[in-house]
Amino acid sequence: MNWEVIIKWLPRLAQGATLTLELVAIAVIAGLILAIPLGIARSSRHWYVRAVPFSYIFFFRGTPLLVQLFLVYYGLAQFDAVRSSALWPYLRDPFWCTVLTMTLHTAAYIAEILRGALQAIPRGEIEAARALGMSKAKALFYIMLPRAARIGLPAYSNEVILMLKASALASTVTLLELTGMARTIIARTYLPVEIFFAAGLFYLLISFLLVNGFKLLERWLRVDACQGR
Amino acid sequence: MNIDLYGFGPALAAGTLMTVKLALCALALGLVLGLLGALAKTSPYKPLQWLGGFYSTLVRGVPELLWVLLIYFGTVSLMNRLGEALNMPGLELNAFAAGVIALGLCFGAYATEVFRGAILAIPKGHREAGLALGLSKGRIFSKLILPQMWRIALPGLGNLFMILMKDTALVSVIGLEEIMRHSQIAVTVSKQPFTFYMVAAFIYLGLTIIAMTGMHFMEKRAARGFARANQ
Repeated sequence: MNWEVIIKWLPRLAQGATLTLELVAIAVIAGLILAIPLGIARSSRHWYVRAVPFSYIFFFRGTPLLVQLFLVYYGLAQFDAVRSSALWPYLRDPFWCTVLTMTLHTAAYIAEILRGALQAIPRGEIEAARALGMSKAKALFYIMLPRAARIGLPAYSNEVILMLKASALASTVTLLELTGMARTIIARTYLPVEIFFAAGLFYLLISFLLVNGFKLLERWLRVDACQGR
Repeated sequence: MNIDLYGFGPALAAGTLMTVKLALCALALGLVLGLLGALAKTSPYKPLQWLGGFYSTLVRGVPELLWVLLIYFGTVSLMNRLGEALNMPGLELNAFAAGVIALGLCFGAYATEVFRGAILAIPKGHREAGLALGLSKGRIFSKLILPQMWRIALPGLGNLFMILMKDTALVSVIGLEEIMRHSQIAVTVSKQPFTFYMVAAFIYLGLTIIAMTGMHFMEKRAARGFARANQ
């Protein structure tokens, strides 16, 4: 193992890691926002409300992220309408394509988590809210969603870690995030073991920090106090 | 959309076959690794526990793509040295073998946790009953624990297999000619990226549906004789 090379290239890898963090942060936050309406619609009692989120979730969970990424980055250019639209400067850019794909992808998974959480809320609590005279919307916003957030948080933290690992795919559309940076450095140094090892350590470190951050968040939201009844 | 796919239909079919082969081989390797990992994690010996924990934590913390790249590009010098030692110059790991090892490794790390949960879910009394009957440790595991683990672990393993099947797309990065790689080749010729990546997406969706159906029947068979509490 050639440690000097690792130390020499650490700053560049750290630079790649910041891009990785940027991608993951935008994707999981935007994905969460998109997932809230999707998840609520997915747990609806009416089949025509459920149908659209169901097919969305089925497509994004049933196909590999790599295919979705290529569909957005390479595929959209097939249509002249896209190329002449005002969005083209963004859809041409690998960064925005990756962010868009990761957001759409993770939103499907988060919506499914949210559906599970909404259905896990004890019926009595929703009935209690309605009995107090809350409207359906009020019960949803003040009782069900805060409750579902606590039930779904552990699964959401898993999803964030999965997205951290999925962000490595961005290297296939020329983005220089952690894996992309490692591949670029290897093309120069011909030392795959050392550089991939260092990149792996970065991923381990980031996921360790994320796991502990979510533990703190769970304590702050008092997740354990809401469960085990 | 053109039905004959510009003559790339047979190539995509061959790619689909390769994807299925890759997924099944990685599944076989991963099941073995997962079982060994779970046995190590639940063993009474500290070093073995530590080894199992190290394996599942390390592999699960690093992206699958990085494992694929690391195993394919990282073993070149190792295989060269091995080739010299065995007097077989030019020995190398091909993309298929590297893909099987990388995906099997990742599947095994997650399967370790699934199998561990299954082992812990089997009542202690069953093991003690085996001991009271005078069965050896190995027989208790193979005749008592393992058959019961199967039913408990099956849903978790099914989920992992769906993930594994989608992860096979990553092996196209090192040039294995599976669905994604064939689609890329078709795109360079036909200049129709959206069409071909959409076809690839639908092939993966089809494979997922087949795997889901298969899992449904296997779970039904494994659960025969067990009444569901909530129905």
